[in-house]
Formats: sequence, structure tokens, C-alpha cells
Amino acid sequence: MVKVTVDGISVEVAPGSSALQACEAAGKEIPRFCYHERLSVAGNCRMCLVEVSGGRKPVASCGFPVNDGMQIFTDTEVVRRARRAVMEFLLINHPLDCPICDQGGECDLQDQAFGYGADHSRYRENKRAVTDKYLGPLVKTVMTRCIQCTRCIRFSTEIAGVPELGGISRGENLEITNYVEKALTSELSGNLIDICPVGALTSQPYAFTARSWELKRTDSIDVCDAVGTNIVMHARGASVLRIVPRINDEVNEEWLSDKGRFVVDGFRRRRLDRPWIRVDGRLQPASWQDAFATIATRLKGVPGERIGAIAGDMCDAESMLALKDLMEALGSANIDCRQDGAKYDTSRRDFYTFNTGITGIEEADALLIVGSVPRQEAPVLNARIRKRYLAAGRGGFPIAMIGAPNADPTYAAEVLGEGPDTLAALAAGKLPFADVLAKAKKPMIIVGHGALTRPDGQAIARACWDLAAQVGAITPEWHGFNVLHTAASRVAGLDLGLVPGPKGRDVAGMLRGGVDVLWLLGADEFPTDQIAPETFVVYQGHHGDAGAARADVILPGTLYAEKPGTYTNTEGRVQEAFRAVMPPGDAREDWRILRAFSEVVGHKLPYDTLEALRARMAQASPVFGQVEWSRHGTSDTTAPQAGKVAVSNAPFRPVITNYYLTHAVCRASPTMETCSGVYVHPAIEAAE
Amino acid sequence: MSVQSDAPQGVEPTHFAFDEESERQIAAILAKYPPERKASGTLPLLYVVQDQMGRTTGSAWVPRVAMDVVAARLEVAPIRVYEVATFYFMFNTKPIGRYHLQVCTTTSCWLRGSDDVTAACKAATGISNFGETSKDGLFTLTEVECLGACANAPVLQVDNDYYEDLDGPRTHELIEALRRGERPPAGSTTGRMDSAPAGGRKVLVDDAAPKPQGQG
Repeated sequence: MVKVTVDGISVEVAPGSSALQACEAAGKEIPRFCYHERLSVAGNCRMCLVEVSGGRKPVASCGFPVNDGMQIFTDTEVVRRARRAVMEFLLINHPLDCPICDQGGECDLQDQAFGYGADHSRYRENKRAVTDKYLGPLVKTVMTRCIQCTRCIRFSTEIAGVPELGGISRGENLEITNYVEKALTSELSGNLIDICPVGALTSQPYAFTARSWELKRTDSIDVCDAVGTNIVMHARGASVLRIVPRINDEVNEEWLSDKGRFVVDGFRRRRLDRPWIRVDGRLQPASWQDAFATIATRLKGVPGERIGAIAGDMCDAESMLALKDLMEALGSANIDCRQDGAKYDTSRRDFYTFNTGITGIEEADALLIVGSVPRQEAPVLNARIRKRYLAAGRGGFPIAMIGAPNADPTYAAEVLGEGPDTLAALAAGKLPFADVLAKAKKPMIIVGHGALTRPDGQAIARACWDLAAQVGAITPEWHGFNVLHTAASRVAGLDLGLVPGPKGRDVAGMLRGGVDVLWLLGADEFPTDQIAPETFVVYQGHHGDAGAARADVILPGTLYAEKPGTYTNTEGRVQEAFRAVMPPGDAREDWRILRAFSEVVGHKLPYDTLEALRARMAQASPVFGQVEWSRHGTSDTTAPQAGKVAVSNAPFRPVITNYYLTHAVCRASPTMETCSGVYVHPAIEAAE
Repeated sequence: MSVQSDAPQGVEPTHFAFDEESERQIAAILAKYPPERKASGTLPLLYVVQDQMGRTTGSAWVPRVAMDVVAARLEVAPIRVYEVATFYFMFNTKPIGRYHLQVCTTTSCWLRGSDDVTAACKAATGISNFGETSKDGLFTLTEVECLGACANAPVLQVDNDYYEDLDGPRTHELIEALRRGERPPAGSTTGRMDSAPAGGRKVLVDDAAPKPQGQG
């Protein structure tokens, strides 16, 4: 450790730290624009000037390494004048359009001009103007406001792994651009809006919607993928207006996927805000009492084994447990939370979770990805893989993929093959990468749903586990077997046992007349057209999508923004989301709907409050009682069951064909629709 | 305020590929760098592009498709090549005339009469402002900063050649010669050798001067 004195305060920082980090350790605020702790140091804004003992002039603290005994002064006349001068230079070409700028109120330039700048401008010449750039449908540009901190260039190059932004020309003519007027091809492009310290890059869908000080902030969890990204819902009145990420170094650092951020305009569209009953083939508005009565009447006399329930991908743990309890009360073992038909051995938790943990990726020294496209399935987690890849340097973190030959993962990955035969060859040591895995001290294997949703999914999971055990990836200190989920509700569903009981039917079994009454809890991602015409379908959910279209009774439920809920991410980390806004119309919290209905059919569920339900949850699965998630190894290398279906050699298929339209909420979002047109189907867009 | 942009619509070629001559040059250039550092070849390869365009189309410029080809060859992101190509004024990102007349107007040349050179260039080519191309498409006139030939000021750089010690009439002659397809020898136009004193040697004129002592 190095001892440094900042304004008389003595602090110890790690060798190689910058003066700025030392100042932060001492609790001193250093203004900055270009410096960002998750990006490389550029040192071009000069706002972080401080005085250093022995130095003749102020130094840029972000790029100035500390040495032992160094004295730093952050509040001298020289520093104050230097900051004022830098601020004046930055403002020379910055327009005075704060009143019409979306960054107003949360703008670093505004705040720092107020805190460190002069009280007036001396500049009388013409200001420079810059043409706006097209960066796609999500990021709006007003390039005249740009102060050329280059954070966006560094973000796209380093974090997002799509080096498309750059600075062209030089001097006063320097412009930040992609030069080719093409949309940024990143699933993380929304983060540019957050890292831009001024109003040059702002949110296109949110443009001119609200001021930051009008918004009520509520902590929540993103359910668009299974990463469990920590988010903040910004709401005004009854609507969530935008979603921004919340810092959690263990999960998402400070990034958020584009889907999780921009799905927000689907929140109020195509909503189910009142109960509906199908009468003579047409859905008619109804009251809650009538809807419940209709279901209760239909359920009369139906034996338990002819009733089934499917939980969707965005459900909170509370509602899933209530659904399970209701089904048990009705005598049914037909329950499933695996709409995609994925197969897991659920006897042990580490058979179906991301055991290495997201932070664990940063320690891994070899990675094999089987049947998964992390860039699409979990963009934030993919950024963590890229972070590790960059930190390890050339060849330090070898990555290989089986399947997805055409995907650009944003890091160098060797595509070994496309199907399970490659996995077998790897296990037999016939491929050079087998050696890499065997030699690695902390190897990781990620199994995705491109593999697990196949009929032979369980056998492939078994093969991956065996390979992990064989290369020493499963030890008491290190668990290198990882399942990358795509559904936010999945791990909680499996923890709570939302899988068919003995003699119970799974999703496929409930289709084609497998059950007479089918309860869909926000389930839209399965072939609803295969539900037999005579099956009576209850759809409980928030959006009018595939499930609601087929329903005989619709019970309006709530979105993740409208209910307090518990979500378990792919690691098995239990996280809590809070209610940001009230549900629209007659919609109710999902577990309350199930609880109320249970009373109508005479099987009253034993909880009346959220606390009681959560106590029951902790009883059903102890993980819900644990506050902390920690990384773990295991000494038990007993492999998961291989299932009954033998491995076929068909190539793995990606589970996501259109990243922007994977669930009911994003299908209701005009922004996601636009993105789909720009990124996924550009040909169709062009033809129109 | 100048705004950097692509070449005007319709001018940008749809396709670019290195020809044999260029490939020979590239092989020699890339041999200088370790394979994992071949991004260092960006600048020389952009020159190769510009030379090839001059050789094959009569307009030595770097179209964007060619930058993409350079990026692909060096395995870097295209934007990294765009950044370099637009940073340096030596690369023309828009088509230019057959001959690129680059007049130095920085202090030394200006004091020694670069205004006359500029005026002669304009008169001989019919160009009215810097940055323009003559109607016949032969000449593009550019104002450049110090070319480092102050001892031979004023200087006019034609493509890669320096023509030094110019004045108005000699500039005119030079341009007429270029128009006829000739390439007068580069260097001083007054006949002096390199930067040697005008009018012959000024020192060591006495043959009996003592030979330098020792290894000096």
C-alpha cells in the first residue's frame, strides 16, 4: 500500500492507483468528465486537475499515479482557478440550451459548471456547430453539445465490444461519429446515454418526456433476461417513464441491456386492465366475481389430474408459489414453469444455476460455451465475459463455443463445432481445446438453452457436467458448471418446485388435450395453438398476447413494475423488486388473485399478507430466506440424471431469433418493434 | 465551419481492391511489423490506397470502401482507419484533380512570396479558392502549413514532389509543364543545389584553406 496525503488527510491506496482514486479514498470530490472508473483513462477533459507536492503545475489526477509520501492538494487557489479555466474552455463551444436539453437536471456539465465554473462567459465569438449523427433508434444525438470526453468511444470499444464509434478529424473539427450513419450494433447501446456526461447522447424514446426531478425512483429488478440486472424505475404519476440501471458490482456493475431499458413504453400498451370472459366465442368484459364464478363453475367436477398450470418467464416467485399451492389444493400435479420445454435435473440446485457466479467469470481462465449465445441471451453477463477476456490479455482467457457459428460474441471465441458430437469429441480429448480446459485452473462451462430445450437436453447437461468434472472444474473451491437461463422466473420456479409432480404432465403433456382446464400465469412463449380447442384456458397476466388471445377467462395481473416481487437470477441470487406504480384499471397483484380465487373454490390459501406468503416461500425453499448469495464450490461431483432421451447429433440452435421481441411486454413496445425492424429485419424495413 | 463528410453522392466507388503493384508494396510494408501489431500499417497502407487511386483513376484520394479494405486487411475496426484517414490532411477523403498543388503559406514562405505563388496557381488553373479543383479536373489547390522547406521558401508541393524557390512566373511555367504532361525535376527552380547558398559557395572558397584537423 502507498501512503498519500490529500489535503492533510492521510490515506492508504493500492500501488498503481491514480491521484484521483486517492482523493476519492480521502472523501474528496474531484470533478471529472472523461474519467470513468469502468473505462480506460483518457485524460483529455482536464477537469480533474489537482496540485501535487513538488509539481510546478496542476496535474490531471485521473492519469497521475500516486507514489509514497505524495501530497495532493485539491482545494488551493491554483486548483480552483485551473478548474474554472477548464470549465470556461469546455463551455466555449457548448450551447446554452439547458432549458430544452433532456440532460438538464442530471447533467455533469451543468452541475460542475455550477460548482466549479465562473459566473459568466467572456466568449464573444461564434460557437462551433456539429451535425447530429445517426446511431440507431435508441440513442438520440445532439452533437453540438458534445465535449469530446470520448467516454462513448471507450464504452463501445471496451465494454460493448463493438468498436463502431470514433473521433474523426482533429482539433476544432473533431467529431464523435461512426462515420457511416449506421445504427450501433450493440445490445448495450442504451448505456451510452448514462455514461455521456452531457446532453449529446440522450434517450430517443424518452426525449422531451420528463425532467429528472419530477420522477419518483423505485428499486427494481429487470426481468427481460435472467441476469437479474438491478434497475431503478423512474415514474411520474401512474406511468413508469424510464428505466435506468442501478449499480451492483456483483451482478450488472452499472450496465443494463437495451431490452431491459427500452421495454418501458410497452408497460401501458395492450394491457389487460379488466377481467374478460369468452361468451359465444367472443371475449366480453366482466367483473372479478363473474370471472371467478365462471372458472369455478368450469372446474366443478374436473378431477385434479385434468387441471394444469403453466408459469411464464417474467413471474415473481410469490405468484408462482401461490399458483403451485392452488394447484396442489385442487389436487393437480400438472404444473410447469418451463414453457420452452427445457429439461433439468432439479434434484440439486447447482444442476440448474450459474454456479461460478457472474463475478466468478473474472477469475476463470478458460471458458466453453455450449448451445448458448450469451450476447443475445444475457448481454450484461456477456459484457462480463468480455471484461475478463480483455483483462486476461492475449490468450489469457481462451474461449470456445459449440453451436452458434455465426454469432459475433464480442470476444475472440473459437467455434469448435455445432452439435453434441463436438462435445463428445472434446470429452474424449480429441480436440486441442480439451487440453486447454484440462490445464486451466478455473475452467468454466456454460450450458445454454440452445442445448437444454432439446429433447436430449438433460443428456447434454449431463455430458457438460461430466466434462466439467473431468477437467477439474468442480471442486470444493470452484464450481465451473453453469446453466445460463433466459427466463427471469426460471430459477425461482425450479427452486419452488414448479415442475410436474409424480405422474404430472409437463407443458407438452398439457397441450393437445392433456388437460381440461389450463391456467396460464403470464405464459405466452409456448405454442398456444396446440392447446386443444376443448381445453378451458384461464389466462392470468398483464399483456394481451398469445396466451390472452386463446383464453376463455382473462384475469388481469400485474407487471413487474407494479408489484413487490422476488426474483432469482441465473446464479440463484434472490433479489427483491419494489412496486413503482399501481396497476391499471382492475388489475391486481398476481398472488392476491390466486389467493382470492382459492377462496371461491373452497381451498383458501394459508396467507393473507405478503409477509405471510414470503414466510411460506422461505419454508418451501430455504434460499428465499437467505439475504446474501455467495459463490460456492462443491465436493459432491455426483452428476445430474441424463434423462431418457439419448443424445442426437443435430446442431444446437439459438433460442433467441429476435432479441427485441422475446416476451409479451416487448412485443407491446413500439421502441422494441422499431429496433426489431432496424436490427433484426433490416431488409423488410428497407422494402417498405 | 468545415464539416467532415463522405465524398459527394455518386462519387464514392462501390468497390475497391488492391492491384498487383499495391500488393507488392503491402507485402514489403507488413513485413516490417510483427503480425499482432500489423495495425501499425494503417498509415502506409492508406498511402498505398491513395497512390493506387492516383495511378488507376487519376485522382489520388482515399474512398471509404478502400478504408474498409485496409481495415479488413489489418484486422482492425473500420472506424479506427476512418479516424486515422480523417486526422491527417495528407489523405484526401474526397476526389481531387490529377495534380495536387499544395502551397505553403506559413511564415517563411509567406515572407518569401507565397502570395505570388498562390496567385500564379489560381491564374494558371482558373481556381478561385483553396480547396477547389480546376474545371478541367487537372488541378486541386490546397493551402498547407509549413512543409519544412523554409530554407527554400516559397515552396509548392505537387503530389509528393517539392518545387522550391518559386516566384510567380516560374510557378506559372511549372503548371503549364504539368498541363502538358511533363514532370519537371523536383527541387529548387533557380538551379541551386538543395539548400546551398544562392549564387554559389560563400565559405571555404579559398582552395588553400587548411584541411580540417583530427576527426572533428
